[in-house]
Amino acid sequence: MTVDTVKSWLDERLSISALGQMAQKKEVPLHRQSIWYYFGGMTLFLFVVQVVTGILLLLYYRPSAENAFESVQFIMTEVKFGWLIRSIHSWSANLMILTLFIHMFSVYFMRAYDRPREVTWVSGVVLLFLSICFGFSGYLLPWNEVSFFATKVGTEIAGVVPVVGKTMLRFLRGGDEVTGATLTRFFGFHVAVLPAMATVFIGLHVLLVQLHGMHVPARYQQNYRRMRFFPNFFMRDLIGWLLAIGVLAALAAIFPWELGVKADPFAPAPAGIKPEWYFLFMFQTLKYIPAKILIFDGEVIGILTFMRAGAALFIVPFINRSPDYYPRRRMVFNVLGGIALLFIAVMTVIGYLA
Amino acid sequence: MSNITAGKAAGAPPDRSVELTTRRRFLDYLLGTSALATLAAIVYPIIRFMAPPHIVEAMQNSVVAAKLSELPPNSAKIFKFGSKPGILIRTASGELKAFSAVCTHLDCIVQYRPETKQIWCACHNGQYNLNGENIGGPPPRPLEPYPVNKRGDDIVVNRA
Amino acid sequence: MITKIATLLLFSGGVLWFAACSLAAQQKSSCIECHSKLEGELGDPARSIKNDVHLSRGLSCNDCHGGDPTKDDKDAAKDRSKGYLGRPRTVDIPAFCGKCHNDASFMKKFNPALRVDQEKEYSTSVHGSLLKAGNTKVATCISCHGVHGIRAVNDALSSVYPLNVAETCSKCHSDATRMAEFKIPTNQYAQYKTSVHAKALYEKQDLSAPTCNDCHGNHGAAPPGIASVANVCGQCHARQAELFQASVHKAAFDNQGFGECIKCHSNHGIAAPTDQLIGTGEHSICVSCHKPGEQGFVVAGELSGRIDGLLARIEKSHQILDRAERAGMEVSRPKFELREAIDGVTHARVLIHTSSTAEVDKVVAPAVSVADKTYQAGVDALAELKIRRKGLVVSLVFILFLAGLVYLKLREIERREPARQTQ
Repeated sequence: MTVDTVKSWLDERLSISALGQMAQKKEVPLHRQSIWYYFGGMTLFLFVVQVVTGILLLLYYRPSAENAFESVQFIMTEVKFGWLIRSIHSWSANLMILTLFIHMFSVYFMRAYDRPREVTWVSGVVLLFLSICFGFSGYLLPWNEVSFFATKVGTEIAGVVPVVGKTMLRFLRGGDEVTGATLTRFFGFHVAVLPAMATVFIGLHVLLVQLHGMHVPARYQQNYRRMRFFPNFFMRDLIGWLLAIGVLAALAAIFPWELGVKADPFAPAPAGIKPEWYFLFMFQTLKYIPAKILIFDGEVIGILTFMRAGAALFIVPFINRSPDYYPRRRMVFNVLGGIALLFIAVMTVIGYLA
Repeated sequence: MSNITAGKAAGAPPDRSVELTTRRRFLDYLLGTSALATLAAIVYPIIRFMAPPHIVEAMQNSVVAAKLSELPPNSAKIFKFGSKPGILIRTASGELKAFSAVCTHLDCIVQYRPETKQIWCACHNGQYNLNGENIGGPPPRPLEPYPVNKRGDDIVVNRA
Repeated sequence: MITKIATLLLFSGGVLWFAACSLAAQQKSSCIECHSKLEGELGDPARSIKNDVHLSRGLSCNDCHGGDPTKDDKDAAKDRSKGYLGRPRTVDIPAFCGKCHNDASFMKKFNPALRVDQEKEYSTSVHGSLLKAGNTKVATCISCHGVHGIRAVNDALSSVYPLNVAETCSKCHSDATRMAEFKIPTNQYAQYKTSVHAKALYEKQDLSAPTCNDCHGNHGAAPPGIASVANVCGQCHARQAELFQASVHKAAFDNQGFGECIKCHSNHGIAAPTDQLIGTGEHSICVSCHKPGEQGFVVAGELSGRIDGLLARIEKSHQILDRAERAGMEVSRPKFELREAIDGVTHARVLIHTSSTAEVDKVVAPAVSVADKTYQAGVDALAELKIRRKGLVVSLVFILFLAGLVYLKLREIERREPARQTQ
């Protein structure tokens, strides 16, 4: 029984040699901006870490208001390496969103969404929103004071949207208030609904990337080298992933994720409640908006503006067409992107310092 | 990060192919073993994680407080229920009763007195009957009762 | 038509007959009938008697005052020769009430559990002895129980319901002008209201909490003798009283007339005791007698030192265990065991009453060792944390080592087959 016999057995049934040939042909362009190519794979790797640690946590977690907190405490204290798995899950979530943002902004500024990659971009924006939903729903699951109030405030904000707000709020909360029903619902979203949707969209996204190959920015089109994906680029990816594992383990041991105190729906909200960092810039902006703008409620205007910005993300490839025809548009979009990045960064920092 | 030299200049260098081969094999060997070691270091915690821990449940909803064979009639035992003390009493007639052992007056741990067949708190002379009801002294409320069941020789106390 | 009228007549007749019967069933009482028409003092009794417990048991004016309530004529109703007693003199009031309340066979008909020695008790009281000596300014039965609208003791509106007793006593005892001739203080009620007993009674509505009559007696009301204070307090605080009575302080306090428990805890304004009451600090009671250098001073310092030391150790344990728990370590067993140490503090605070360091040590020593054991458990838990970090550093080294190896492998591969150029 040699390796070749196994290979030919598999090939006859699964056509793996065709896959193997495709893999051999896969190439990555090399130029000054190639470093950004790592971030998509890194995001995917961190997502896999989330799935693995998430499934492990599922073996012990209990999604009810009476048991959730105690079950997480149980994982942290009784289960062997439970502290490690749980802290990695929490840290990796944040790291993934960070790399996701970097990936998205790099694609944006390099205009990688240009034809024919518009659908890749749209699927990516969907993945952005799915990840944010993952973060928001997962945050509530330990059922501690901080997450209870963060969820209360977050769903409250959703409820402010005109017309559909009330329905959205009730849909999210599973009722009018944040209760055990909210917890169970968020759990269902977090472990079933969102993973199913994510699988579909990640599959689509990655498939399209294989189909179209990596985009090369206009200025390097005439002058770039190429590297084979297997084994060269892949091994570089691997080094990055190994370093990511190291970072996660370090964070888990040096800055273990806190559990805090169990949520008490009747206690007053603790002072200085803040959402997770990837929501912070929106939270901080809403604080600065005046109560009333003309005849409209300031908060509603703020939320609607953010929603419109989010929606605008979807159509970026369709308005920012090829610079050959619309050269000035490229600069406008770069400036807009720069402003957005700056805004997010500054507001996040202010949110932390406040 | 990429090292893409097109090739060495002409002027043949000495043949280092044997040296290179052994180095390569050594590198491959190191790579293989350390990859395996790292994989083991990742898989080992996962396997340990999945193995059921010593205490199987978070809530500690029930606990084996004592063994029937070790608890004679008209005696009691203090046991740990989560992080709070409980008292398990086997009455003179053989009945099993369990209560929270935290005195409702000032949180001292109560005890059973076989002479008076009452639960007693030494701190301020509080007395409870065998239903946990406060019948004398300062305690303002009865002791919280717990349901008791037998499982073979084990006496299992549950949270209410 | 005729049948209709007949039915109506029959019906109304029946109603009228029924009313007449019920009216007749209510005994005729000319006393109430006449006196309720009068104004002021003469009319009040007839009005207030409606709430009286005696009336509800079927007794009326004549059962106490004599006379004939069936007679409408005033002289006929209030005929002294026929047994009419009228209004009793103040000195005669106890005997007046005692007419019935001393008679066991009579009282049995109404409440077999009621005591029948109130008048006898009263004669032993300060009020009773002063009354016998001729002082009519003292309290008699009606001063506390009321006179015509007397309610049962367990009626919440009664002036002698536990929640109302102190106020009833204070009506006289807080009146400085009234009390002047008796030369006793008038601040008892004000002081009592600040006490833990008052808090338990009024705020927590614990009816078993002591009020005036629980320590002074109700009918035989008198301050307890200075050598019997511990017995009185010991009704509830049994352990402390028992320990005190076996200690050196009992004889010492009795000889000096200190009033036992009262010396340290006060009598009316009893505050919740704190650990500062013992020892040699500024709030300590011990130093009011014991001067530096004396044996008592030394013991006072030892006693408070034992308790403070134990409390400090418990606090230290608590803090380290909390730290360990927050960091994710399992410390429920040490926390459980720490309760035993806390129990020790409660016991020690009771054993203070022996004024003996040896006795206090009997509970403090094991408690201290428990606290030390749990502290060690906390230390161990934090050490385990450090081990995790060390484990991490080791694994990091491995990971970086592997990453380095991959890099070297990559370089080696590319040395052999460099990436292609294009275009």
